[in-house]
Amino acid sequence: MSTHKISVDVNGTPQSGEVDSRMLLVHFLREELRMTGTHIGCDTTSCGACTVILNGRAVKSCTVFAVQADGAKVETVEGLEQGGTLHPLQEGFWEKHGLQCGYCTPGMLMCAKYLLSKNPDPSEAEIRAGISGNLCRCTGYNNIVEAIRYAAEKMATPQEVAR
Amino acid sequence: MIPATFDYHAPSTLDEALQLLARHGDAAKLLAGGHSLIPAMRFRLAQPEILIDLNKLDGLRYVREEGNVLAIGAMTPEAWLEESAVVQQRYPLLADAVSVIADPLVRNRGTVGGNLAHADPANDQPAVMLAYGATIVAQGPGGRRNIAIDDFFVNLFESSLQPGEIMLDIRVPAPGASSGGAYVKMERKVGDYATSAVAVQLTMNGPTISAARVALTNVNPVPMRSPGAEAALVGKAATEEAFEAAGKAAAAECDPSSDLRGSADYKRDVTRVLAKRAIRRAVARAQGRS
Amino acid sequence: MNHVADRFEKHSPVPEGSSANVPTTDELRITTPPKVCGMGHRMKRKEDPRFIRGRGNYVDDVKLPGMLHMDIVRSPYAHAKILKIDASEALKIPGVLAVITGEDLKKAGNLHWMPTLMSDTQMVLPIDKVVYQAQEVCAIIATDRYIAADAIEKVVVDYEPLPVVVDPFEALKDNVIVRDDKELKTNHIWHWEAGDKEATDQVFKDAATVIEEKMHIPRIHVSSIETCGMVANYDTAMQHMQIYMTSQAPHAHRTVFALVSGLPEHKIQIISPDIGGGFGGKVPVYPGYVICAVASLVTGKPVKWVEDRSENLQADSFARDYHITCRLAADKDGKITGMQVKTLADHGAADAAANPSKFPAGLFSIATGSYDMKAAHIEVDAAYTNKPPGGVAYRCSFRVTEAVHMIERMTDVLAHQLGEDPAAFRMKNFIKPEQFPYKSPTGWDYDSGNYHAALQKAMDVIGYHDLRKEQAEKRARGELMGIGISSFTEVVGAGPSRDYDILGIKMFDSAEIRIHPTGKAIARFGTKSQGQGHETTYAQILAEELGLPAQDIQVEEGDTDTAPYGLGTYASRSTPTAGAAAAMAARKIRAKAKKIAAYLLEVNEDDLEWKVDRFEVKGAPDQHKTIQDIAFAAYTNHPPGMEAGLEATDYYDPPNLTFPFGSYICVVDIDKGTGEVKVRRFVAVDDCGNIINPMVVEGQIHGGLTMGLAPALFEEIVYDENGQNLSGTFSDYLLPTAMETPKWETDRTITPSPHHPIGAKGVGESPTVGAPPAIANAVVDALWHLGVRHIDIPITPQKVWKLLRAKGVND
Repeated sequence: MSTHKISVDVNGTPQSGEVDSRMLLVHFLREELRMTGTHIGCDTTSCGACTVILNGRAVKSCTVFAVQADGAKVETVEGLEQGGTLHPLQEGFWEKHGLQCGYCTPGMLMCAKYLLSKNPDPSEAEIRAGISGNLCRCTGYNNIVEAIRYAAEKMATPQEVAR
Repeated sequence: MIPATFDYHAPSTLDEALQLLARHGDAAKLLAGGHSLIPAMRFRLAQPEILIDLNKLDGLRYVREEGNVLAIGAMTPEAWLEESAVVQQRYPLLADAVSVIADPLVRNRGTVGGNLAHADPANDQPAVMLAYGATIVAQGPGGRRNIAIDDFFVNLFESSLQPGEIMLDIRVPAPGASSGGAYVKMERKVGDYATSAVAVQLTMNGPTISAARVALTNVNPVPMRSPGAEAALVGKAATEEAFEAAGKAAAAECDPSSDLRGSADYKRDVTRVLAKRAIRRAVARAQGRS
Repeated sequence: MNHVADRFEKHSPVPEGSSANVPTTDELRITTPPKVCGMGHRMKRKEDPRFIRGRGNYVDDVKLPGMLHMDIVRSPYAHAKILKIDASEALKIPGVLAVITGEDLKKAGNLHWMPTLMSDTQMVLPIDKVVYQAQEVCAIIATDRYIAADAIEKVVVDYEPLPVVVDPFEALKDNVIVRDDKELKTNHIWHWEAGDKEATDQVFKDAATVIEEKMHIPRIHVSSIETCGMVANYDTAMQHMQIYMTSQAPHAHRTVFALVSGLPEHKIQIISPDIGGGFGGKVPVYPGYVICAVASLVTGKPVKWVEDRSENLQADSFARDYHITCRLAADKDGKITGMQVKTLADHGAADAAANPSKFPAGLFSIATGSYDMKAAHIEVDAAYTNKPPGGVAYRCSFRVTEAVHMIERMTDVLAHQLGEDPAAFRMKNFIKPEQFPYKSPTGWDYDSGNYHAALQKAMDVIGYHDLRKEQAEKRARGELMGIGISSFTEVVGAGPSRDYDILGIKMFDSAEIRIHPTGKAIARFGTKSQGQGHETTYAQILAEELGLPAQDIQVEEGDTDTAPYGLGTYASRSTPTAGAAAAMAARKIRAKAKKIAAYLLEVNEDDLEWKVDRFEVKGAPDQHKTIQDIAFAAYTNHPPGMEAGLEATDYYDPPNLTFPFGSYICVVDIDKGTGEVKVRRFVAVDDCGNIINPMVVEGQIHGGLTMGLAPALFEEIVYDENGQNLSGTFSDYLLPTAMETPKWETDRTITPSPHHPIGAKGVGESPTVGAPPAIANAVVDALWHLGVRHIDIPITPQKVWKLLRAKGVND
């Protein structure tokens, strides 16, 4: 077994640690960095509860070794809120009741952030396809779709400049 | 579900990767996207002593036209193909397939090379590349060589890549004029392997099909083409009768196993149905109707 | 056959005055301004700020100093003798501290067995044999979860495989005895009946039409995205056990732990933190919990155990598995007259259901549904098989789903056979609005209902008659389209103490409210939200009753040291029980507040009237005291002789259950080539009485419909003949994604519960109960003209394909 010193940019903050080669990225985030917003829901890369954005692409962090993230940029749910302002997706999920138990929510939010980065104005069908790697057991997806549409519209509207 | 321990190497050059592979031999496994390997490791169905991670080989990540060939770096994530204008415009069979492989997040990490090298008949790229008649380029201790896709799949989970070889790229011949392709997949839900899927690439000469390659996903122990289906099409007018004959041939030639996706009989018949749909769509595309 | 029906009494009559005929409306009842945000407001959820920031606190997020990790060795066999457990190699791994076996638990005070919530017994860890695949065999305690995972691979267990019985009908032959620990060497667990057999036999003799169908409602699994887990933290100095646990019923679990372990109950604190979905799967006590608690007792250190998904799918909490034969009788006018049911329930290796103890088959006898019939007789037998303990829950624990599926499928079959439109047939056979309160032939007292209104609304919304025209046109072209209806009656809110208990503990629930001097409040409940939004909806009930802004009310649940005792959240019982307790406790506070207001305003109490958030002097509205004024006075200027403070507690014992209902209409298109079923549209009209928060209710319905779609088309736990679970991961247990799930269309009628303090009924389970037959009926409707009468769920493409090809339909 090899151990490795790694440095990862997590939500803009440099983080480092010494990890076993087999440590999963999700465990590095949760156990080593104590960022427990990213969740674990399965063992077959099916549920997407562990979704983070790795170098600009949404991935399931249960299927990436922590050592593979050495030198990478990782974005998690903890980084969505900026300077006390909620991300439009966080707002959308709250406004549109896009969550119930909250367990799939961080993964959904990160998947949705990635989706909007690739497609700022997705249709309902495109949203459904875009989140099809993330399982939600509570909402039946209707309101998640609405929440992502809310964010897309909000992000498309030029923000009023504060005087 | 925690993988067993292993040593990890992440070479930054191809030479380094080849040297590591040469040094460690059978004890080592190559890690590409890892979306088949890592779950297998978490269930301890795979317990490699050494992983050689190819993800730092940025030179193996590309999708571009080189003359009359679409060259895809072996480490290219499937999602890159979804986003490639060239693929979307000129390689509709490939475009069909990459939108239905696993799920969008898996496609961000899973690679085209890994999908092929795993030689899993349930994976989608094997049938796609069989239908295109692609060429695999691999490099090993003995140098670089081309492997015709028809010679690539040897057995269940076994390709003709030799120990010490690393796949570099996949070369897809550009479809000629009056060509069309399609991939039609039935899956129980998004993220599932195909119950059956059919890849078709064909060329029309007026009303007649002049060339056709038909390949099947997850209905045979080894990724396969269906010679019978191809024979039923080539030289024939593009009629529903010909499509039906091709579908029947594909159904007869495959050898699916019964599982929760369905019985062997069911999968054969679904293969027939999907083959007809894929051929119909490929013909329409060849004729510029879609 | 051991007939033990006598153990289970029939339910008692409902007291007078608890039911009445109530009018139906579409309009939300809103009596408070948005600032107060009482009932009917679409209030954004108060719990969401932490969840959208990733700051929920789930069990696996708990990390205590010095915490150890537990992993479990599980049986590869469904039935085998255990000859030897050798953990010596595992114990050599650095960081591995202990192995816990059944023998260890036995020595620790016979903890190797535990009671189930149905008063059956279940192994915690086995001594001599295992009875299902993935059963817990022994546990490893290590310093790290990775090391624990390595160690379980090194434990060598010698098994001697035994013959396996998987099929419950085969099990009743008693060739293989699953539970040879029992005195009676039989796999038959119990026999139970409801209704009047003689009267029913007579109705069938007199019938013009009798139909019979066999159906299997297969095993399914709740698969909340968070699996089950625990952190047990035993303090050896204080002899205090603190437990973080994925528990839907923390108080009941504390009592069970006290009874099983012998630890004094005041030394056990169970904290159920944020729960990542429950759906009934977090009601039972699983062996892993008990072993984890023992591991902390033994080591004196905190120990964490969190299941993997595959463990969760293979060993926990299965629902359904009812093999049903149902007959329906009708007279010459096509009026349903009676129902006969025989059912075999497959409980696996233990009856681990969480039904009220008088009801071994739950509330299955609600099976006459929304239809007025003369007589019904229902029998259920239960059997042990070599499968994990079953009969628990999947967003409905009390067998209402099985009952509704049966009656709604049968109704459709009968309508089709008589050549009648399924909607018109239902309208003809519904219990009429004026018949409520309605006594069903199996003894239920339906509190209220208006089934005609709900179905009519669903038909209007979906455009039923146009769809029938479209279907006829398509059928003429050889296309397969189906329209399915389900007009279900739910029964929730268990329940009245005279009939309902779990292990003897009556099924009341509780609320405790404290209003602080500045007019803010904290309220604690005996229930436990797992996503239902209690922090919001309970606050809205209190806002409605007290006029305190819902934002000013902190709602807490889940800590047994602070919350009042209650039976927890499952079976759609929170609003009917704890929600009622909230209103009743608030009314106690209001009564005291009135006295304080009278004192402050120097008037007689009779001169005061309540207006939203204040007491006013009648006819002089400028003379008033707001609830905030009164709260302050309760601590600073309360009347002489009165206790200070403004608090109340209520333990609510409901007079009756509540009976939510609804009508669902589903449209499907069928692929003739592959047999795939596509749900094109689904309209759900639900009536759950008065609505606390329409946004939350719609969310519950969306989720519940998806958990109705799932077993209808996708999910099933499948075993091979050796009892091996073939669907033990999310690769083969098929939770629908956003792609398989249609866009749900919801609507409502409102028929308030006449006996519930706020007229509410509960809604969480309704859609899961009502949706599967709507989908199944739509598929059969598309195929009826081919001679198809019934298809068991899940309606997989292969099942449809097989029927199509058998009927000569091809593509």
